[in-house]
Amino acid sequence: MLRMPKFELERPASLAEALELLADASVESLIVAGGTDLLPNLKHELFTPARVVSLERLGELRGMRELEGGWLAIGSMTRLDEVAGDARLAARAPALAQACSLVAGPQLRTMGTLGGNVLLDTRCQWYNQTYFWRAALGFCLKKDGSVCHVVEGGAKCVAAASNDSAPALMTLGAELVFVRAGGRRVVPIADLWLADGAMNKKLESGEILTEIRLPPRGAGHRGAYGKLRERGSIDFPLLGVAARLELDAQGAITEADLVLGALAARPVRVRRVAEELAGLRASSNDLDAALGRVAQLAYKQCHPLPNVPGDHEWRREMVPVYVRRTLDAALARQGPVRDA
Amino acid sequence: MAARDPHGVGAPWGAFHVVGKPNRKVDGLAKATGTAVYADDIALPGMLHAKTLRSPHAHARILSIDASQALALPGVHAVISGRDLPIKYGVIPWTQDENALALDKVRFIGDPVAAVAAIDEDTANAALKLIRVEYERLHAYLDPREALERHDPAIHEGHKTGNISKHVELAFGDVDAELAAAQLVVEGDYSFHGTTHAPIEPHCAVAQVGADGLLTLWSSTQITHYVQRALSRVLELPAQRIRVVQPCLGGAFGGKSDPFSLEFTVSKLAMLTGRPVKMLWTREEVFYAHRGRHPMQMHYKTGVSREGRISAVDAKILIDGGSYSSFGLVTTYYAGQLLTGPYDFKSYRFDSTRVFTNKPPCGPKRGHGSVQPRFAFEVQLDEIAEQLALDPIELRRRNFQGSHVRTVNGQRVTSNGFLQCLDEVSRASRWSERRGKLGRGRGLGVAGSMYISGTNYPVYPNPMPQAGIQIALERSGRCTVFTGGNDIGQGSNSMVAYVVAEELGLALDQVRVVAADTDLCPVDLGAYSSRVTFMVGNAAIDAARKLRAQLVEALALEWKIEPGRVHLAEGRASDSGDPARSISSAEAIQIAEARFDTLGSTGSYNTPQLGGDYRGGTIGASPAYSFTAHVAEVEVDEQTGRIRVERVWIAHDCGRALNPMIVAGQMEGSAYMGVAEALLEHHTLNRFGLHAGPNLLDYRIPTSVDTPELAALIVESLDPEGPYGAKEAGEGPLHPSLPAIANAVFDACGIRLRELPFTPGKVLAALRARKAAAPQEAR
Ligand SMILES: Cc1cc2nc3c(=O)[nH]c(=O)nc-3n(C[C@H](O)[C@H](O)[C@H](O)COP(=O)(O)OP(=O)(O)OC[C@H]3O[C@@H](n4cnc5c(N)ncnc54)[C@H](O)[C@@H]3O)c2cc1C
Ligand code: SF4
Repeated sequence: MLRMPKFELERPASLAEALELLADASVESLIVAGGTDLLPNLKHELFTPARVVSLERLGELRGMRELEGGWLAIGSMTRLDEVAGDARLAARAPALAQACSLVAGPQLRTMGTLGGNVLLDTRCQWYNQTYFWRAALGFCLKKDGSVCHVVEGGAKCVAAASNDSAPALMTLGAELVFVRAGGRRVVPIADLWLADGAMNKKLESGEILTEIRLPPRGAGHRGAYGKLRERGSIDFPLLGVAARLELDAQGAITEADLVLGALAARPVRVRRVAEELAGLRASSNDLDAALGRVAQLAYKQCHPLPNVPGDHEWRREMVPVYVRRTLDAALARQGPVRDA
Repeated sequence: MAARDPHGVGAPWGAFHVVGKPNRKVDGLAKATGTAVYADDIALPGMLHAKTLRSPHAHARILSIDASQALALPGVHAVISGRDLPIKYGVIPWTQDENALALDKVRFIGDPVAAVAAIDEDTANAALKLIRVEYERLHAYLDPREALERHDPAIHEGHKTGNISKHVELAFGDVDAELAAAQLVVEGDYSFHGTTHAPIEPHCAVAQVGADGLLTLWSSTQITHYVQRALSRVLELPAQRIRVVQPCLGGAFGGKSDPFSLEFTVSKLAMLTGRPVKMLWTREEVFYAHRGRHPMQMHYKTGVSREGRISAVDAKILIDGGSYSSFGLVTTYYAGQLLTGPYDFKSYRFDSTRVFTNKPPCGPKRGHGSVQPRFAFEVQLDEIAEQLALDPIELRRRNFQGSHVRTVNGQRVTSNGFLQCLDEVSRASRWSERRGKLGRGRGLGVAGSMYISGTNYPVYPNPMPQAGIQIALERSGRCTVFTGGNDIGQGSNSMVAYVVAEELGLALDQVRVVAADTDLCPVDLGAYSSRVTFMVGNAAIDAARKLRAQLVEALALEWKIEPGRVHLAEGRASDSGDPARSISSAEAIQIAEARFDTLGSTGSYNTPQLGGDYRGGTIGASPAYSFTAHVAEVEVDEQTGRIRVERVWIAHDCGRALNPMIVAGQMEGSAYMGVAEALLEHHTLNRFGLHAGPNLLDYRIPTSVDTPELAALIVESLDPEGPYGAKEAGEGPLHPSLPAIANAVFDACGIRLRELPFTPGKVLAALRARKAAAPQEAR
């Protein structure tokens, strides 16, 4: 078995205590929530912190609460299976509940948290490997090395943002609440990302993600998530598709949004989707053609690289198929979309 | 009674009491409750932990190794390298080309170079990082075609045939004339990609040198006897000074049937340090040890008559062996030798070549050597059926070779239930009503196969028995059976208990099985080639029947009745002529022990003389062959290219199911593994020669939700030489999975998949090619 490198584990009992520990710049610290991403990465020696601060005892970060103005706050330590099984979310954020229901496998969903999923490290077949393996390769520029093996000669890491919740939260217009010793900031999730696989999030040191907030949605809200993967469980996405549609009382589309995950270093919003779909009714004869055009738009805008393992040409071919199926599922109030 | 005498297929005393019933496995409760002891559960006082330094280069010369810093690390007890274990070994005596630690050269990324023993794993790992190795890199061969064409630098310097590990060319009958005369010749290229076993338990070994100088090795091996021999050779110790024990094993599938680096290194380190030493491999190291199924590029040409009778089969196979020989000599033969049933070939020729490449070494995986050719040939049969407009099951029936026949390559086939297998899958799948009629995207496909129940070729030739059993029976009613056989989860210890309980009329809980311990048990060659039930089962009958005769005689004398009236069953001895006379088996044993003194017996099995009269003719010569047919039902999503296997019907002729539950488990497990190899698993190296994903996230074994419905249909042909008629059930049932799926995909959407694995990308490409070829076609 791979050994876990040694580190000091802190299990603060309050948020204040946790922030204080993290504010100590003299010790290199990392946060652990469910640990389902961090612990394998530590075993692979991708990070070598002296201290790991666990959030497991911070009960205040777990669960959901209604905020003023119809917003819903989900604590960052809420487990993925709790998000996936929540009845409220099934109605007001079906894409998120569906995405969380397809993360990894059942055991990992009872440990993994929504916060940890949002802040998941990017993934790449040349990076998520043991130290021995990476050393034999000669490393890569994301960690310990100087070249990229996905884009030979490339100067930028293109490891994939492989978190299933991110595209769904993007379509939902979620906001993230970060707290640090003596400060707090609220960031629309669309502003979190950087197009750099080495570090694809704008984070400040010592801060904890405490809440993921969802804006109110009306009765005409529709959403779905589609996930392409090789097996019917456990696997990270080869492609994630989150769709959001808002319908008016007459059933006409007023807003439409489509965000794809697992292709590039950040979730990718497909452009001109709303223009194609706005005004169309679910019953309209033109809808079918418009949905087909949206699928083609996505296809033209996406060029997956061989960053995650698997057949990237097939991944690209699947973009229009999954986009279409996910939009259909959203309109039919179904989903998630999967074929494995 | 001699070891070669068959014991008959029935119970001489009438009806079976244990055999044929779904009895619990003898180790089932221990495994389910977590009390079973695996190698890694062993912890001895003062035990050190060892780790292996591995090559980061695919092919390189070792210029120097400097371990001084590692040795200086507190907690490190010893560091060894190739110089400490310079003697080469290998499971096949003619191709011993491995060193426990690389001697002068490394041949793949992951090849072991040095080993450290330290007070704990972390210290050993830290020491590895302090060892300095200087390498001179050499050209790495990643493509078997290149290795075939050039051998400078050679992977094994001094190997007589360059980078060719083994070449076999055999011809039976006049293939060219038959092909020229055939009314239809179908020809094509097929390929198998390479897969590994992925047992859940990683390899682990613990060695201890006793005060008396005896070396004991506990190892997760499936071949205790060969490990003992290999240790004796490499460590230069007499075999009788070495004890090898196989603890409870967490899966093997062929992946633990070579002697491995860790077994030598922990033994050597224990000898050097005077402390017990353990090594547990990481999952990544298991991928490097590999010995998985060989990638093969196969060309087949088959000639048939208008009626579909096969007149000629001509095969050319290129086998990518990886860096060492392992069982490769046998693989190269099996690739050709095991194709000659269940169909009758008028003529047959094969030319198979195994080459070395700078990759983890391939070896035996469940269905050793024959799964790949079987795939190619059964797909080709489907193509023939298509071209002749014949039902694929009917084509197979027409070519059935029959029972008690000799194959074109001179192998003796005894019982053969293949036709019944075809009947079973045809009936269960409602083949004639449903094939070709399931609508677009859904289809049924069939395939057949044959496999060995062990062979008469022990890996080192010798005239001694291939399996031995020893039984001790004492007055408390306890019976202990000693077998060298390796239970690797397939249930062989349970099988031994069933046979002995049946023969001696004991209850199952009276029988203990002591297995796979070279100090305690008679020699058995190990768990490979599906030999254990056939050979160890026969040896167990041989031993138990002698003891039974003593019990019967003692009771007949005691009760003054004809021996025929003595009835032994389920823990009691009774007089069938007088129902009032009945005693416990313990009492019966006491009567026998008083009359004959301490009770015990031995039994053996050896194969009869078998095989064709030509060089290699005994390789693949089995005392009995099992036969299988599958029908697979698939659904193909023509937008995503995804194949979903809905169901596999598996009919398997195992001779007799000594325990139908375990046989069904083997059949389902085999089909599962076949489906996995067809659709998901891929042991692949990237352009640097690094394993693409040596972990169980990237190497995708199917989860329960990816597994089709599996229906096991047991066929019992009662083999005249098997134990109560039994043959193998652990490997044969895998073979047809792959071609049955390919053939079902053809039924579903008209595309021929000849290249494994059937990834969605390949399916979409084939669908596009089909459309391009026939744009007007409606389908
Ligand atoms: C076999 C396997 C399969 C997987 N498959 C998938 C998959 O299909 N899809 C997918 O999206 N993920 C997958 N994962 C990754 C992981 O399980 C999930 O993303 C999970 O949601 C991570 O949550 P966690 O609480 O375990 O995070 P952790 O591992 O605890 O943390 C992840 C990262 O976020 C940081 N972090 C966590 N919480 C906070 C916080 N509140 N504030 C600040 N920083 C924080 C940590 O420092 C760390 O860098 C898989 C993992 C494994 C091992
Ligand atoms: S894309 Fe992959 S190979 Fe390239 S730098 Fe990033 S992690 Fe390394």
